[in-house]
Amino acid sequence: MTDTASKPGQTEVWITGIGLATSLGEGLDANWAALQEKRINVDEKGFAPFIVHPLLPVSFDSQIPKKGDQRQMEAWQRIGVYAAGLALDSAGIKGNKDILSKIDMVVAAGGGERDLNVDTGVLTAEAKGANAPGFLNERLMSDLRPTLFLAQLSNLLAGNIAIVNGLGGTSRTFMGEEVAGADAARIALSRIASGESDIALVGGSHNGERKDLMVLYEFGDFNLRDKFAPVWARKDHAGFALGSAGAFLVLESKAHAEARGAKPYAKLSSVVTDLARRKQGGDMEATLEKLWDKLPKRDGKGAIISGATGAEPATSEERGFLKKHADFPVRATGTMFGHTMETQFPLGIALAALSISRGALFPPNDTTGTEIEMQGAPTQIVVVGAGHWRGEGMALVEAID
Amino acid sequence: MTAPRDKLGRPVVVVTGMGITTSLGAGKADNWSKLVAGESGIRTITRFPIDGLKTTMAGTVDFVSVDPFSSTGLSERMAELVTQEALEQAGIGANGDFPGPLFLAVAPVEVEWPQRRELGRAVGAPDFTYDDLLRISGGGKYSAYHHRFMFGSVAAHLAETFGTKGSPISLSTACASGATSIQLGVEAIRRGETDAALCVATDGTVNPEALVRFSLLSALSTQNDPPQAASRPFSKNRDGFVMAEGAGALVLESYEAATARGAKILGVIAGCGELTDSFHRTRSSPDGKPIIGCMNKTLADAGMTPDQIDHINAHGTATPENDKMEYNTTSAVFGDLLQKIPVTSNKSMVGHTISAAGAVEAIFSLLTLEHQRIPPTINYDNPDPTILFDVVGNKARDARVTAVMSNSFGFGGQNASLILTREPA
Repeated sequence: MTDTASKPGQTEVWITGIGLATSLGEGLDANWAALQEKRINVDEKGFAPFIVHPLLPVSFDSQIPKKGDQRQMEAWQRIGVYAAGLALDSAGIKGNKDILSKIDMVVAAGGGERDLNVDTGVLTAEAKGANAPGFLNERLMSDLRPTLFLAQLSNLLAGNIAIVNGLGGTSRTFMGEEVAGADAARIALSRIASGESDIALVGGSHNGERKDLMVLYEFGDFNLRDKFAPVWARKDHAGFALGSAGAFLVLESKAHAEARGAKPYAKLSSVVTDLARRKQGGDMEATLEKLWDKLPKRDGKGAIISGATGAEPATSEERGFLKKHADFPVRATGTMFGHTMETQFPLGIALAALSISRGALFPPNDTTGTEIEMQGAPTQIVVVGAGHWRGEGMALVEAID
Repeated sequence: MTAPRDKLGRPVVVVTGMGITTSLGAGKADNWSKLVAGESGIRTITRFPIDGLKTTMAGTVDFVSVDPFSSTGLSERMAELVTQEALEQAGIGANGDFPGPLFLAVAPVEVEWPQRRELGRAVGAPDFTYDDLLRISGGGKYSAYHHRFMFGSVAAHLAETFGTKGSPISLSTACASGATSIQLGVEAIRRGETDAALCVATDGTVNPEALVRFSLLSALSTQNDPPQAASRPFSKNRDGFVMAEGAGALVLESYEAATARGAKILGVIAGCGELTDSFHRTRSSPDGKPIIGCMNKTLADAGMTPDQIDHINAHGTATPENDKMEYNTTSAVFGDLLQKIPVTSNKSMVGHTISAAGAVEAIFSLLTLEHQRIPPTINYDNPDPTILFDVVGNKARDARVTAVMSNSFGFGGQNASLILTREPA
């Protein structure tokens, strides 16, 4: 019902730009090198007992030249605008007014960071007896930075990308945690494949170094505590370590890319998504199996890039699904990059395209044997994204013949 | 005899069910009768203390109860009510089995003050840091709050309740969100992915922090007394918008599918358009080009020319800048024709339902087409002499209406327009 598997007569969609800013570095070379070296950047102390994958600092000036623009954003937006700029650079369309004035944007976003001092200030004053009816109103009126709201609004990630880069096509922001990233790719792909759009910027960004987000996930006991372990090795010590990352892709119709001489990394053949009820064990696994069957035929040299979170029971259900496809080498991005929520699926597509374009899957990083070595160049990589609570997505990224 | 495909060869998308809740009441009948009578839903806020606030009124939906209360919970409940109403009218699918995807416009979700205060009290000490809040958040005591404050929670609930197909999309394009949800549904049907789509938009976020946030951006009216007179679109003494709550749901179907099952067609979504403004986070480009481009794109998408539009349901927020910009851009698109096009702003009565506004106003536009009667723009006693719209001021007007343009503009450079007609072109 909501597939975007390419249909006969529909145009092929290429990935012609990739922008990454992660805990492992910025740009494709730095991320690729870190993956080869199995380097992982975790902070076990700053948010103890919780663990995060902090952003490897970048110089925001290079993609967000105006300090005034940077000041109007919180970290999650700066990371995203930065990665989006890298994607436009990588596609060779930065500053190309003709293309940027019509490029369509589909962004997967959460919300921005709160001002923790304001929140704790109100709560501690109330704990000390402040109970006038208008107390909260007065404190918020005097303590909130007037422009903080704009740094929190979900659609202002897209808004800032448009302002900084002069984008003038359409702009849509999808919310809804992990699967929002998959649905963003699905809608952008289907719009290009059907001829509604020629070129799109798709992705998301996440700041994992946020205590307000940790409170939200701690409500459900989802945060990884005390000690880092690869995603597949967390069964008895479940949870995700939030990660900071921005991942953006430029998707383009083959004809549009060829006309401007753009070099593709890979082809995005299909994105499918669903909402398993997850009322009983096996629901999610069955949904993943259903999505797997909806993808176009896989007869090439295949691999799987998973966005498994480490949270239970979702990760065990996904492992059950993967066992049925054990001939596909698997890589979990959550181990290397942490859990970047809305960004995890675009990140998975980016790494699939990068692996295909570099002629090798990056090495395993796992202690449980779930991830096995892969010899030779992958030609078909399935990206799997199952949310920690809801939402399942899958994409097929393929080498271009 | 009408063609099942439009001028561009795409399936014609029709509306077969609608549901609405605003501060005026629940359901189409109640809303429409109050709307054409020129009633205001704006009132002094009673949900929480208003001491210390510059703006003390809003279009709250107080007749829908949610326990425990949260803005996201209210958004969800209103979305459920309007969806039920729309599905009953459409008579599509089976109970809990809607044959298509869900596109939901919903306000961004976050942990709210009642829950944050509960956490603060649970620390049990007069002095504490955020780490102390974090320390006591786990253990399962607050697990319901995790689910409540997931961005995808409202859509997941609706999808499960009404059995929509596939992954439901939660979206935000600020004040254009409702229009975007309709646009996504239209596109899915035009692409042939589905014969039907459920487009819902909801916003229940009149809470202290939301009010303060807009207040700090000087976006809200402060004409608190009397509250019914606060929202003054196109008036000289307008001073900002009035926050409001509400929800709208539309069942969209391909014309072919709707007629095949003998459904009553309520109207046609003839065109959708969208164009991003990269000028500023909250202000429109001074030359108005993105808004002009958005309206022109929508006309082109509908395969129509300006002379075919005989009514405009304006964004009309009553902020000094919006109304002026909306007039300048609309007159650039319509030229001399504009004198003959009656314009109205529903926000004069229901306030600005933010994420829901695009869908709420699309429904009012479709009801306008059905009743051939244009609801008034109330509080229009002191017209802005620089805004030369033919405003349907204070009293509803009977008119021949065949095609309505409904506009939505939002923070972050979001512009979206819809063209709604009675019959397929």
